[in-house]
Amino acid sequence: MTTTDPDEPTPPINPPIIPPVSPPNAPPMAPPVAPAVAPAAAEGGGGPRALARQRRRASAARFWVRYRAHRSGLLGLAALALLALIALTAPLTIGSDVQSVTDAPGRPMESPSLEFPLGTDQFGRSLLGLVVWGSRVSLLVGLLAAVLSVAIGALIGITAGHFRGWFATVMMRITDWFLVMPTLVLAIVLATVLSRSLGTIILAIGVTTWPTTARLVRAQTLAVESRPYIERAKALGGGHWHVMSRHVLPNVMPLVLAQTTLIISSAILSEATLAFLGLGDPTVVSWGGLLQDAREAGAVSAGKWWYLVPPGIAIAVVALAFTLCGRAVEAVLNPRLGVTR
Amino acid sequence: MTAEATPSLVGKTGDPAGAGPPGARGPRGSWGPRGRRTAYPRYVAGKLGGAAVSLLAVLVTSFFLFRLIPGDPVKFMTGGRQVSAEQLAAYREEFGLDLPLWEQFTDYCGKALTGDLGTSYQFRTPVVDKISDALPNTLLLTGTSFVLYTAIGVFLGTRAAWRNGGLGDRLNTGLALTLYSIPSFWLGLLLIIVFSVGAGPIPGLFPTGGMESGGEEGFAYVLDVAHHLVLPVVTLVAVEYGQTLLVTRSALLDEMGSDYLTTARAKGLRDDLVRRRHAVPNALLPTMTLVFINLGRTVAGVILVETVFSWPGLGGLFYQALSVPDLPLVQGLFFVFAAAVIVMNTLADLIYPLLDPRVGR
Repeated sequence: MTTTDPDEPTPPINPPIIPPVSPPNAPPMAPPVAPAVAPAAAEGGGGPRALARQRRRASAARFWVRYRAHRSGLLGLAALALLALIALTAPLTIGSDVQSVTDAPGRPMESPSLEFPLGTDQFGRSLLGLVVWGSRVSLLVGLLAAVLSVAIGALIGITAGHFRGWFATVMMRITDWFLVMPTLVLAIVLATVLSRSLGTIILAIGVTTWPTTARLVRAQTLAVESRPYIERAKALGGGHWHVMSRHVLPNVMPLVLAQTTLIISSAILSEATLAFLGLGDPTVVSWGGLLQDAREAGAVSAGKWWYLVPPGIAIAVVALAFTLCGRAVEAVLNPRLGVTR
Repeated sequence: MTAEATPSLVGKTGDPAGAGPPGARGPRGSWGPRGRRTAYPRYVAGKLGGAAVSLLAVLVTSFFLFRLIPGDPVKFMTGGRQVSAEQLAAYREEFGLDLPLWEQFTDYCGKALTGDLGTSYQFRTPVVDKISDALPNTLLLTGTSFVLYTAIGVFLGTRAAWRNGGLGDRLNTGLALTLYSIPSFWLGLLLIIVFSVGAGPIPGLFPTGGMESGGEEGFAYVLDVAHHLVLPVVTLVAVEYGQTLLVTRSALLDEMGSDYLTTARAKGLRDDLVRRRHAVPNALLPTMTLVFINLGRTVAGVILVETVFSWPGLGGLFYQALSVPDLPLVQGLFFVFAAAVIVMNTLADLIYPLLDPRVGR
């Protein structure tokens, strides 16, 4: 594959994003033409809703077939599944008493051994247990922050694209303003200003990273709203809410999905960064927090590399896995981006 | 931190260039000297006006944002010592904290416009002095790494795209993505352990932190600073070059199918020349925008690297100021970081149309 175009002349940018989702939305909101649609829908198996469901399933299957072609995307997905399993089963395999400082099983700062495969921290706690336990917080914060960020971005993007005029202008000015703010600095400032808790970290990351999503979603909204079937929906009496939730939202969803996957990886990095700077919740174990503990305990000057290596590798693996998935999703949705498999 | 920016950047810069191919060729006359002479100054004025508005907005925000910090700033200043009520009142008066909020605000704005960002709580010196002391150190660190990672990113990015799908491409892209997912502070700490503290057979080759050993003069001083510069620069370059690589790569991939490349090959040009003279200059246009945005962002992005390596720059100062918290200093630094991004974005906007006449008239 030397170029992206000649190999695949048929699917240009639009089809993967728009058509699979849009047609099923037309029938349910059109009572006057219902008789004309009903027979076709009946063939699909009982009413327009069933038809819609069937088409959605078909487009999901198509998506999966294309996604499967990206080997790095599959690798990322497999890594994520494994990590999710480890994080979810941590209470069974490790137990929450790994966090306990008072009755730690080992001596402080032990090197890796059979009993403690990754060594112990300055309190004598098993590092393997802490790293596994920390995955819960790091993944949770990463996911929630990304969801918050993308939700804000999608909301602002869709409304700014739907309502033109002064509202859109104000919204886009605000977006531009957030876009020039140095994200990390703003997040650090917010985390300092608010109290120390996981909620604060999620808020600080979510509130600072949404502008790119807002821009992308707005562009897509504008493209969708210029299509004839939107005009038709409006002519049939569809209000703002109807157009935004039934027509625009399903069409920007794929984009939002790709964006979420990419933002999760940067959110996990940001969480680690904030925790490393001592702005995280001191009562929970997270990968960034472990690195901060290691630095404060003097692991760096003592050359105890085995204390530092595992949390960092964990962060890098998760961030990389989400990035690989995000790039694969993006490549499926927009083959021209030139992401190879 | 900017992973999400990669795809959108390509889209954004690609759009204006490709927006009007049908009409773009028709009114070619309007690109003539006359059309540009009248259009460009207006464009510049618009961009400069926008930048000025953004700077003012940042100034206002940085004032109110830090007033949200709960608690009495005077308490932070005295650091928990027992102080009499008179002393507290004196502190308040010294820093103008006894005035109503809106008066503090007008005072702050008036002073800021004349280049006075207030007095630091912890150092008792003007914030501007602290910043101008630290700025050259940060510029040295960011400038060196910026040049290196841009050069490496563009070089490897063009190689990867030209041999798209090959083993070299996959290795390059994979490595770039991996390094891009690594937290910079972690890489910095590891480098310190391996090359400064010394791990196993490797002796401590580089200093653990700081910028100079002290007592050196002349050429020895330059060498000493360079010696201290190695590890921080390696850290920054490693985590930053990936983005430049990916953007260069996808920009070049966009150009690969173009007819003018086929023409160039048909003329009998060597593959190497087709790449160097025809494809790369065009592909560099979108990369240019990223380069400027990166330059602005790196200034803020060094916070972690400077903290890890105790580099006496703006980032280290920001970290110190936050832990107090030293409001005027944090405010001032926040302004500088945001201003760096705004100035660089504006520069990119101004230079881009000069390089690519299709955009921004």
